[in-house]
Amino acid sequence: MSHVVSPIREKLVTGGKSYHDVTHDICKQVEGEPTKEWKWAFGISCIIFAYGAYCLFYTWWQGIGVWGLNKTVGWAWDITNFVWWVGIGHAGTLISAVLLLFRQKWRTSINRSAEAMTIFAVLCAASFILAHMGRPWLAHWALPLPNAFGSLWVNFNSPLVWDVFAISTYLSVSLLFWYMGLVPDLATIRDRATTKASKFWYGLFSLGWTGSAKTWARYEYMSLILAGISTPLVLSVHTIVSMDFATSVIPGWHTTIFPPYFVAGAIFSGFAMVQTLLLITRVVFHLEDYITIEHIEMMNIVITITGSIVGIAYLTEFFIAWYSGVEYESYAFINRATGPYWWAYWMMMTCNVISPQLFWAKSIRTNLMVSFFLSIVVNVGMWFERFVIIVTSLHRDYIPSSWAMFSPTMYDIGDYIFSFGLFFTLFFLFAKFLPVVNMAEVKSVMKGVSTSYPAKKVKASTKTDE
Amino acid sequence: MSSTNNYILGVYDDEDEVLHAVSEVKSKGIKIEEVYTPFPIHGLDTALGHARTRLPIAAFMFGCLGLVCAQALINYTMVFDWPMIIGGKDFFALPDWIPITFEGTVLFTAFGLVTTFCISNDLYPGKKPEILDLRITDDRFVMAINVDKNKKSAADIKKALKDSGAVEVNVK
Repeated sequence: MSHVVSPIREKLVTGGKSYHDVTHDICKQVEGEPTKEWKWAFGISCIIFAYGAYCLFYTWWQGIGVWGLNKTVGWAWDITNFVWWVGIGHAGTLISAVLLLFRQKWRTSINRSAEAMTIFAVLCAASFILAHMGRPWLAHWALPLPNAFGSLWVNFNSPLVWDVFAISTYLSVSLLFWYMGLVPDLATIRDRATTKASKFWYGLFSLGWTGSAKTWARYEYMSLILAGISTPLVLSVHTIVSMDFATSVIPGWHTTIFPPYFVAGAIFSGFAMVQTLLLITRVVFHLEDYITIEHIEMMNIVITITGSIVGIAYLTEFFIAWYSGVEYESYAFINRATGPYWWAYWMMMTCNVISPQLFWAKSIRTNLMVSFFLSIVVNVGMWFERFVIIVTSLHRDYIPSSWAMFSPTMYDIGDYIFSFGLFFTLFFLFAKFLPVVNMAEVKSVMKGVSTSYPAKKVKASTKTDE
Repeated sequence: MSSTNNYILGVYDDEDEVLHAVSEVKSKGIKIEEVYTPFPIHGLDTALGHARTRLPIAAFMFGCLGLVCAQALINYTMVFDWPMIIGGKDFFALPDWIPITFEGTVLFTAFGLVTTFCISNDLYPGKKPEILDLRITDDRFVMAINVDKNKKSAADIKKALKDSGAVEVNVK
C-alpha cells in the first residue's frame, strides 16, 4: 500500500511520469546504440586506463623502488590513495543500506549508481593494496591458507589482517547487495529485449525472475536483512582502516578518535563522489526528472553534516594533542599546520571544513554548477587529509638526522592515474549495459512523490489507505 | 506453471487497485493462484494469505555459523596449531579477534541468506522464466487464477475480475 507523503515535501520524480515512462526512460540507454558522448568518454577513460596500466606494470616489474618513498617516509601516495578510494567506496552501501533502514525515499533514484561506484572504488583501493605489497604475486599470503611453512598462519591480532577481511567482505557483500537489487530490473530489460544477445545475457543474469507476490515479499525481507547487516559492515570497514594507523605508536596516528573521524570522512568523500558522478549522469542520460534538485540538495546536506563532523575531529585532534601534554604528539600537530607541509594541511582545512559550510545557503546547495565544483573540491581536500595524516606524521622521525621529505615520482602519479582509468572505465561500462536507476524501487515510491500523478490513481489509493 | 493449465489473468494498472481487488475477488470465493507485480506492494502477500517468510531465521542461523567458523579458524591457528607470543599477550587474545569474527558473521549471513532466497524461489542463472504477460516487469499488475482449481465457472471468474477493476481479462 502506498505510504502517505506530506504534500509539502518536494517531489522526487518530476515530469508526470507513468510507470511505463520510468521503464522506457531508464532502459533507453541500455537498449539503444551508445551515444557519441558515451563513446568519447569511454575512449578517453580507456586511454587513461592504458597509461595507468603501463605505470602499474612497470611498478610491479621493477618493484616499489620506483616510487618516491625513502627510509623515513615508507607509506605515502600508495596508502593515501588506498584510504581515499576506500573512503569514497562508503557512500553506495551507506545510501542503499542506512537510508533504506531510515525509509528515505530519495535514495531510490541514486542507490544503483552509488552502489556501482562503491564497488569500483573498492576495486581501485584494492589495486593499491596489491601494489604496495611489492610482490603482488604473493598477495595470497595475507589469507589463512595452509602452506609449506609449517603451516605458518597469518596473525589474526594484526589490524592489517583485519583489513584484508574487512575489505574483501565489504566488496563481496556490496557486490551481492547490488546484484540482488539489479535482478528485477534485469528481468525488465529481458522482457523488453529484441536482440538475441540481450535476450540471452539479461535472461541469464535475471535468474528467471517473474515478480510474483511471494517472491517480492521474500525479496523485501532479504533486502531489509542485507541492509541491516551492511550498515554495521560499512561502519566497520573504515573503522578497521583507521586502526591500521591508530594501533601503531606513531605520534599523530595513535589516537582513539580515529575510527569515528575516519568513518565521517569516508561518508563525506563518498557522498561528494556520488554527487560528482550523478551531476554528470543526469545530464548525459537526461535523467533530470529522476535525479532532481531535491536529490542534489539532500546530498549536499549530508556533505555539510559530515564535513562539519570532520571539522570537529580536526579541532579535537589539536586540542587533545595539546591537552595530553605529550611532546611528540603536540609537535606532530604543530608540524602539520606550520611545518614544511603546511600547504597540504591548509588545503585540507579549506576544502573539507570551510567549503562545505557554503551549503548552508539554499541558493548554493541548489545550484548545480556550484555543487559540482564543491563536490570535486571536497574530494581534493579528502585526498590531502590522508596525505597529511600519513606523510606529515612520518616525515619527522624521532631522530632529526632521519628527517626527510617525500616527493612523488611519475610512477606514484601514474599508479594514481591507473585507479582513475579503472574507475571511469568500469563506471562507463556499467552506465551503458545496466540500468543506472533502480526502476522497481522508483516505481514503488512514485505515488505521493511524483508530480501530476493521475487523479484517478490517487482516489484509488485513498480508498485503500484506511 | 505448465501451459496445460487453464489460467485467467486479470490485468490491473495500479498497485492500490490490485491490492483492493485481491480481497474483493477472494471474498467471492475465488482462489487466487498468484499476483505478479513490477515492484513490491506492501500487504499484498498477507492479503493473498501467504505465510510469513522464514528467511530471517535462516539469516540468523547463517550468522551463527559464520561466527562459529571464524572463531574456530582463529582459535585453531592462533591457539592450537602454531601459538605465537605477540606483544606479550595471551595466545587466546579474544578482543583482537572481534573484527574478523564480525566480518565472518556478516559474510556468512549475506551469502547464506541470498542463496536461501534463490533456492526458496527457485531462481538460478539462466532459468527460463514462466512469463504470463510481458508487461509484468514494466507497468502491469497481473492476478492469475487457475480455473481447474476453482469451483466457479470461467465466466464468473472473468466477471469478478472485471468488477474488481481489471483493465483487461486474458486467458492463458
